[in-house]
Amino acid sequence: MRKGLTWFNVTSIVLGFAFLYIPIILLVIYSFNASRLVTVWAGFSTQWYWSLLENEQLIDAAWVTLRIAFFSSLAATVLGTMAALALTRYGRFGGRTLFSGMIYAPLVMPEVITGLSLLLLFVAVNFDRGFWTVLLAHITFTMCFVAVVVQSRLVTFDRTLEEAALDLGCPPFQTFFKITLPLILPAVVSGFMLAFTLSLDDLVIASFTTGPGATTLPMRIYSQVRLGVTPEINAVCTILIAIVTVVVIIASIVTKRAESQREAEERAALQ
Amino acid sequence: MGEVMAADKARKETIGAVRRTFAPWKDPTQTPLIRFENVVKRFGDFTAVNNVSLDIYEREFFALLGPSGCGKTTLMRMLAGFEEPTSGRLTLAGEDLAGVPPYRRPVNMMFQSYALFPHMNVADNIAFGLKQDKMPKADIDARVTEMLELVKLEQFAKRKPHQLSGGQRQRVALARSLAKRPKVLLLDEPLGALDKKLREETQFELMDLQMSLGMTFLIVTHDQEEAMTVADRIAVMNHGVLVQVAPPAEIYEQPATRYIADFIGEVNLIESTVTACEGETTRLTSEVTPSPLTVAHPCEAGPGGKACIAIRPEKLRISLDPPPEGTENVFAGEIWDIGYLGDLSIYHVELACGQRLKVSQPNLSRRVARPISWEDKVWVTFDPDAGVLLTR
Repeated sequence: MRKGLTWFNVTSIVLGFAFLYIPIILLVIYSFNASRLVTVWAGFSTQWYWSLLENEQLIDAAWVTLRIAFFSSLAATVLGTMAALALTRYGRFGGRTLFSGMIYAPLVMPEVITGLSLLLLFVAVNFDRGFWTVLLAHITFTMCFVAVVVQSRLVTFDRTLEEAALDLGCPPFQTFFKITLPLILPAVVSGFMLAFTLSLDDLVIASFTTGPGATTLPMRIYSQVRLGVTPEINAVCTILIAIVTVVVIIASIVTKRAESQREAEERAALQ
Repeated sequence: MGEVMAADKARKETIGAVRRTFAPWKDPTQTPLIRFENVVKRFGDFTAVNNVSLDIYEREFFALLGPSGCGKTTLMRMLAGFEEPTSGRLTLAGEDLAGVPPYRRPVNMMFQSYALFPHMNVADNIAFGLKQDKMPKADIDARVTEMLELVKLEQFAKRKPHQLSGGQRQRVALARSLAKRPKVLLLDEPLGALDKKLREETQFELMDLQMSLGMTFLIVTHDQEEAMTVADRIAVMNHGVLVQVAPPAEIYEQPATRYIADFIGEVNLIESTVTACEGETTRLTSEVTPSPLTVAHPCEAGPGGKACIAIRPEKLRISLDPPPEGTENVFAGEIWDIGYLGDLSIYHVELACGQRLKVSQPNLSRRVARPISWEDKVWVTFDPDAGVLLTR
């Protein structure tokens, strides 16, 4: 272990983390700044968090964002899990390669393009832009992330468990809910959380597909910052960071747990 | 104590009586429980099961034996409903199984990997199939208790599968597949994951269980000893085809082909030419030995035809002294190798032509120094009724 801690390693770790986290730490610190001026420290205060509660525009935006994040990730989880099942289970159907390629494309597609193409679609079908269009757009772009997470679990899933359930008289649909789903649930939950944070963070796609009355929090922050950074914005961002951090940590703990439990079971099974 | 022993004795007698006379496949009035009729299964270009016709009778313990990839598992999976035959018919108790999904078939399977549901405890695993049948709760509890007693796991009901040993898991899997009282129990390499001692014990337990429950068991295995031990009849498969279907003793003593003779146990194959057929007795000569050969087995090939004498190593006798002049069925050779197994010794005898015979002899005395040693000149003989003639 000691061998790994050379001065080179230490420097690169420090530099790497500094690069990643100094801006964020600065933002968190200044959210507790008593001064109205963002860059001048004038003592510790939580006043900006309290004034947030009176900023109706920000509260509204936060509420819209949370609703969109919740419902879009719920829908994306259902669709993504179904896509993952189709991709791992039905081995050789026509156009399988095309389908699996297409489900991963949004992962690497620039958000601007996703946003623009969705906007064009909504305009073409004359869909009133607002809450529902953002929701649909978020389902579209988070679904593939869920599919990837669930698929990686399904690849190692022992299908004889499903065969055993069928053999004991359980029809396929019930088998999914009684056997398959409980066992892949950790992956499904972490897929949901991933989709939730992605939707919460999104600015680009939301700004393309939104309409009047459906301004999300990232959009609100962005538009306010153009008029100058206020400590209030720092406070909002700090809360956002806290939420995302908590969700990501929970998701990774859930997957880790499930993974180590599975490993332990497999080890036990080999004895 | 006396009562238990009397009950044990009574049970032994009834089981013994059934075992001695049980041969429904010889009785033309019996209707088979399971019928495979010209069943073919192809996966793409690969033919896994090729035109198999097979009848299995009620209360039979039937083994499908063969090397891996011979189609035995596919045959079983077709009965369970996980595969549909490409052509041919499959009936169970007179009912055509075509298009019947696995969850509507009155058969249950014990999986090689046991396939216990990891998120359910032992009792819930066993109750799973019963709950599917909408059995009343009290009946389910009673049946689960009964099954746990049957496999002696009463105190493990609340454990999860990963808290059990391999042997215990095997028992849970067995209990779960028996809980619904299926018409046929399918066992896919059920003892493959157990160590040798436990496997042998479990084989005898399986036989007793099958007798006392009066169920039909179909076991798939690649372990010939296992098949010979447990089964009433064995079907040996190779490349998707049934090579021979017969009781274990018949498979061993009267193999139908060289493949069977070689696959089941050890065998010496001596290529010979028929000189005379005298009813049940066949006389032959071979390039392997100058001695004339006589085998008490009728031969399909007439005089001048080729035949192969198959003799098991334990049916050959080995001696340091030459037999009296004019004795038939003699091979002269030299000890090339000896394998001492404790109960048996295996001698590899090299004949003048270079062919090696395997001879096994029980070690009847406690002497450590064996009378026969490396490079000794020996004579190997056999009785006419020890060999079988094979033409295929």
